[in-house]
Amino acid sequence: MEVATRRASNRTALHRPGFWQAGVLLSALVLALPVFTVFSFIFVPAGEVWSHLAETVLADYLSNSALLVLGVAFGVLLLGIPTAWVIAVYDFPGRRFFEWSLLLPLAIPAYIIAYTYTGLLDFAGPLQTGLRDSFGLEGGDYYFPEVRSLGGAVIMLSLVLYPYVFMMARSSFLGQSSSTLEAGRALGAGPLRIFLSIALPLARPAIVTGLSLALMETLADYGTVQYFGISTFTTGIFRTWFGLNDSAAAAQLAALLMSFVFILILLEHYSRRRQRFYQTDGRHHHPLHHPLMGWQRYAAFAICIIPLAFGFLIPAGQLLVWALSIAEEAIDLSFLQLAGNSLLLASAAAIFTLMLALFLGYGQRLHPSKPVAVAVRFSAMGYAIPGTVIAVGVMLPFAWLDNTLDEWMRGTFDLSTGLLLSGTVFALLFSYAVRFLAVSLQSVESGLSKITPNMDDAARSLGLAPGKVLRRIHLPMMRGALLTAMLLVFVDVLKELPATLILRPFNFNTLAVRAYELASDERLADSSIAALSIVVVGIVPVILLSRAIRKSGETHE
Amino acid sequence: MRKRSLSINSLLAILIAAASLSNTAFAAEEVNLYSARKEALIKPLLDRFSAQTGIQVNLVTGKADALLKRLQLEGRNSPADLLITTDAGRLYRAKNAGVTQSVSSIKLRDTIPAAYRDPEGHWFGLSLRARPIIYVKGKVSADELSTYEALADPKWAKKICIRSSGNIYNQSLVASMLSHDGKDETQVWADSLVKNLARKPRGGDRDQIKAAAAGQCDIAIANTYYLGKMIKGKDQSQQAAAEKVAIFWPNQSDRGAHVNISGVTLTRAAKNRANAIRLMEFLVTPESQSWYAEANHEYPIREGVEWSDLLKQWGSFKADQLNLAKLGQHNATAVRIMDRAGWK
Repeated sequence: MEVATRRASNRTALHRPGFWQAGVLLSALVLALPVFTVFSFIFVPAGEVWSHLAETVLADYLSNSALLVLGVAFGVLLLGIPTAWVIAVYDFPGRRFFEWSLLLPLAIPAYIIAYTYTGLLDFAGPLQTGLRDSFGLEGGDYYFPEVRSLGGAVIMLSLVLYPYVFMMARSSFLGQSSSTLEAGRALGAGPLRIFLSIALPLARPAIVTGLSLALMETLADYGTVQYFGISTFTTGIFRTWFGLNDSAAAAQLAALLMSFVFILILLEHYSRRRQRFYQTDGRHHHPLHHPLMGWQRYAAFAICIIPLAFGFLIPAGQLLVWALSIAEEAIDLSFLQLAGNSLLLASAAAIFTLMLALFLGYGQRLHPSKPVAVAVRFSAMGYAIPGTVIAVGVMLPFAWLDNTLDEWMRGTFDLSTGLLLSGTVFALLFSYAVRFLAVSLQSVESGLSKITPNMDDAARSLGLAPGKVLRRIHLPMMRGALLTAMLLVFVDVLKELPATLILRPFNFNTLAVRAYELASDERLADSSIAALSIVVVGIVPVILLSRAIRKSGETHE
Repeated sequence: MRKRSLSINSLLAILIAAASLSNTAFAAEEVNLYSARKEALIKPLLDRFSAQTGIQVNLVTGKADALLKRLQLEGRNSPADLLITTDAGRLYRAKNAGVTQSVSSIKLRDTIPAAYRDPEGHWFGLSLRARPIIYVKGKVSADELSTYEALADPKWAKKICIRSSGNIYNQSLVASMLSHDGKDETQVWADSLVKNLARKPRGGDRDQIKAAAAGQCDIAIANTYYLGKMIKGKDQSQQAAAEKVAIFWPNQSDRGAHVNISGVTLTRAAKNRANAIRLMEFLVTPESQSWYAEANHEYPIREGVEWSDLLKQWGSFKADQLNLAKLGQHNATAVRIMDRAGWK
């Protein structure tokens, strides 16, 4: 394998207008429609609500959102990078298990983990009550950190979002040539030095990708911050929209949030443009996996067990205790139906989104151009926007289209077509694509970026059409990246709530809807069964895909 | 690549299967319902209705504001016949948005007290939800309590638990005070109340009751059905917490305790109008009315329906007779007052 640093070249771009260019631009624009819809509210005068917001709560929204993002950034890097490193290069007891199990926290919705830890650690919870009883203390006699605080929200979100960083960093570490690391070793660098000055810089683009996904999801989070009583941009949007009954000002707040995100995305893109790393064979050679001895084995084990325990074992254990002991809901056949719906939606969305991401990612590679790049960036911004806002952004154009068509049909043929798109599963899948395109696209782009354009040139000069190059050269080489993209969207859709809630058809429920309905009715114990089912449905693909990703990273004999 | 993991055919098959699932809503006799009441808290009643009448009820549950938005955007082609919400403010908002229509049903008018339905017949209450004061027995005696207004007294400094002002029940409570006391007085009240809070608002209504029982505060403000669910639930620690507190009905010598409703409105786009009105009337029959108390410890809106034992135990009370449309009218002002007071 060859690792080369070079500037991105435009040599592959045969500036031939046609299917790819027009198609990519068009799909990017359609996918960006909800985002544009929200942005279009900038031009609606919102009156004096803004001065009320500025005088009272805006500063809070800004500072809390900023602190939350900074805290979660620190948290996911701290949990994600060391785990990825020890698993990629060392061998120690439990490594194979940690390889997939460290992804599990991803399957727990953030608001569920927030509810569980509150149940455990709150003033009225078992831990503090036990402390007070055994030491004869009163409230106020002792210090105990408050779960439902900004710091608590940072920890909760870090615990469920670090897998993004872990996943991206691990595959990048695995992809690093063993000879590069061996060269460092031969030159006398210690493990820490190798990590800091060779592996980490090489993995930086991948880590930044994982980090940006985690941070976008943080900005879009509503359930956790709302339950913890923290005023952020997200809670502010809903308060302005529903409480103050001013949807224009709410959309403007959302647009402001998106502008921040857009700047972040551009910065990230700019920082990555400087460096490109290509590999030529697409398969990694045998990973190193140096066996660890003595205390180092325990250290590596501890590094991995901490995020797993706090991000999965403890909350899932608490859910299980609730489900077994005090839930009044019984598991019945309806759960199979719910699980079936969830599985169906999640797989369809994972495939649909991946195909869109491949189309956009590859099209951009074929014909890089400013308008296409901007349109694709816009279409991927849905991930940072609260799901309800995206859902309204989807409903608005769809309903307009439906009603306009209906109007025209009524006028021309005296025939009503009703709603063709609104309230269908297609609308739901489309909104998932809008919301999770970023996740898929990041994986696809990072997979593509590792393949040197020389390959494209060679294949094209041998007479393959662009579509064939993608199928026969790129797809096999980036199999790991494709599986990662599918897995992430799959799990995200499994736990997705706001868009599902508002857009789903009649009599159609999912596990996430059931879990939310019971939890928001403050029936945590009852919601635990549905929440656990999400985890169970999510575990199987996590294990399967994690194995497939590992296999795709190893040479086949 | 050894196997082709994605085939266009399999994708199409999945999409078609998914689309066909959405077509269940085509029975001959049906009603389509958007409901902000959770599935568990409405479905059993709907099933009874279907069993009695043979009319199928198709249901989408969700958050009231989101459902209302959907209704608005779908316009005259909306499939929804009815919208159910869990507060009066949203019903008022639906009427203002022009997505509702008036119903003149003698059954509804004669059963539902005037305060709990729209004067023009656009919406009707289905059940009552009370939000009284809940205090810790032994720490507070009932003689120390009187009105919501009196909670602003400095003697309650650091003793009150209440959830965030983002919650609609608090917004409605403040809106009701606005109607009775006026803007300036309510602002002063909110400012003082915030100073009396034992902790920053967080969590739901049950959390306030639990915090009070655990000693973090002396007084909590919460809807009674949450207390009911703690008492009747399986969780022993919640049962124990619920035993430590008691309900105080405030403002009994003047306007009465604050109540809100869950209610229903017929959409303007309704295509199954007759069936929809039948369902509305079914929801206020004596049998349905006592179900609310059994299932969720809410108060029946219909007079003369026997209360559940738990409701009887909490005692009868005088409820505020303010027309609940006022809650919707004053909601935005209420939020501003709470913003200014620093009520998180």
